[in-house]
Amino acid sequence: MTATAAPGTLAGRRASGRPRVAVGLAACAVLAAVAFIGALAIGPVSIGPGRVLAILAQAFDAPMEEAGRALRERMVVLDIRLPRAVLGLLTGAGTAMAGAVMQGVFRNPLADPGLVGVSPGAALAAVAFIVLGMPLFAVLPDVIQPLGLPLAAFAGSLVTTMLIARLAMRGGSMSVATLLFAGLALGALASAGTGLLVFISTEQQSREFVFWTLGSLGGATWPKVALVAPFVTALLVGAPFLARGLDALALGEAEAFHVGVPVERLKRWSIIAVAAGVGACVAAAGVVGFVGLIVPHLVRMWLGPGHRVLLPASALLGAAVLLAADICARMLAAPAELPLGVVTALVGAPFFLWLLLRRRLIG
Amino acid sequence: MYTAEAVRLTRHGRTLVRDVTLALKPGTITVLVGPNGAGKSSLLKLMAGETTPSAGRVVLEGSDIRTLAPVALARRRAVLPQSADVAFSFRVDEVVRIGLIGSQPSATARIERLLERVDLGGFSERGYDTLSGGERQRVQLARALAQVEVMDPDKPRYLLLDEPTASLDLAHQLLVLREARAHAAAGGAVLAVLHDLNLAAMVADVIAVLVDGALLTCGPPAEVLTDATLKAAFRIEARINAVPDGPFLLPQTVVQGAA
Repeated sequence: MTATAAPGTLAGRRASGRPRVAVGLAACAVLAAVAFIGALAIGPVSIGPGRVLAILAQAFDAPMEEAGRALRERMVVLDIRLPRAVLGLLTGAGTAMAGAVMQGVFRNPLADPGLVGVSPGAALAAVAFIVLGMPLFAVLPDVIQPLGLPLAAFAGSLVTTMLIARLAMRGGSMSVATLLFAGLALGALASAGTGLLVFISTEQQSREFVFWTLGSLGGATWPKVALVAPFVTALLVGAPFLARGLDALALGEAEAFHVGVPVERLKRWSIIAVAAGVGACVAAAGVVGFVGLIVPHLVRMWLGPGHRVLLPASALLGAAVLLAADICARMLAAPAELPLGVVTALVGAPFFLWLLLRRRLIG
Repeated sequence: MYTAEAVRLTRHGRTLVRDVTLALKPGTITVLVGPNGAGKSSLLKLMAGETTPSAGRVVLEGSDIRTLAPVALARRRAVLPQSADVAFSFRVDEVVRIGLIGSQPSATARIERLLERVDLGGFSERGYDTLSGGERQRVQLARALAQVEVMDPDKPRYLLLDEPTASLDLAHQLLVLREARAHAAAGGAVLAVLHDLNLAAMVADVIAVLVDGALLTCGPPAEVLTDATLKAAFRIEARINAVPDGPFLLPQTVVQGAA
């Protein structure tokens, strides 16, 4: 991945130090694949990558007359680790790509989906569900019960974002500055509500809430994956269509309009896609900090800020980073599990500071 | 034709543009002059479709621009804005490429040629944020020219320039005006906001003088640039075509192509 591979074509590029785009994207894809296989292979029961691939290849075959160890490995990979790895893949990809989109819309490398109320709204709804809603939900069938919290969090994030976006609308156009301030104000309000509910909650409830806010892929089940998948997939598939518009937006809103970008529609769709995608991720895995901030920043430094590459590369690298973080969360204090958000912040924050000191952040 | 028909712009109770009617004819350069705050940029923004007039309308080849989709409008007119600020560390060629609407990503040679036209040959791999103000402005010009290049060649192409010479040295000011002239000669029309009346007189087919948002006068430079107009518009006592005692330099005397 150094710029020496093809001297003829890359000679002029050395000044900016950016490797060829295809190489970068391929590297991100390889990292994501390695992390995914790693997530299936590593654990209390260690299973070799070759065996993992073999199990995956036969996943849909009827269980043969396997017994003992082989059967156990198959169950560990397919029933325990696979839903968790898929949830990690989706959450990492969705969170990182959403971060890249938000940074593009706000024209600021420090923007994250929390700015439009996704996380505070989800947190408020989650605590409301834990403290007030749980008893109501207890009467529902067992299959739906565990989905109550994610559904509430998802609804909370969407409602908050809609409110903020509504407040920022004036005369048919959305002011990004107002969006920021409305997001701050409503975020503070949601946090106050959260605090109030925590205040009246029982010990057990507040403990459950704190763990939720720290993020975890622990409770991953196929129904949870099914809840997240459509929204994250919509974000992953839809966001590349925003790429050209986001590039033009870097020149400014008026300038983007000059080159034919329907700016209002771009902002609206970006926020809808981000709110739904990240809302679903937060709902299923709690608040996982720093991935949405660091991953796009890394990709920008490495492959440049063009969104055509930035968005898919961020998704791939985000998936790799989140899966790697989850492996650490599972293994570092085994058999106990560290909260995922703690791992990402513990590694992410110093790394970010190091970047900051090494290179000026805002160009 | 690209026409502002009695456009008015009112913001926060202040009228920034008062019932201005102005037509850009293919093959000509129209230059907007006027004191600071006269509404030149506001008028240009109305023409660009960036702001919607409080009254009146802007018509491009028969259609009200409000009815045109942004991309349809962008295929007929390009804008060089005053601000040259770009978020994130884009490379020069990436900034120029933004102007190439709907063209293939492999437009490297075309971008290099455009950069040479604005005297930035070999700059394509440079980081935009490492450039000087004047270089950035020329990159933005290359981007606007890129947009012009991918427009429909059979219809008049319009180019709106908001203070295109602001942070440029004299040689590059003349370069911008040469590009404007070439654009008009190729059948396009140019609307440019300029502060330098000498440059305006040199390049304009039509000079429009804006004062307090209203059109004071509009016509060929020789008719418009009079002592009386200067007094009314800029509140200065000056004499057109009078020669000062000390040394002076007129852009008109620069030998083209020697720079």
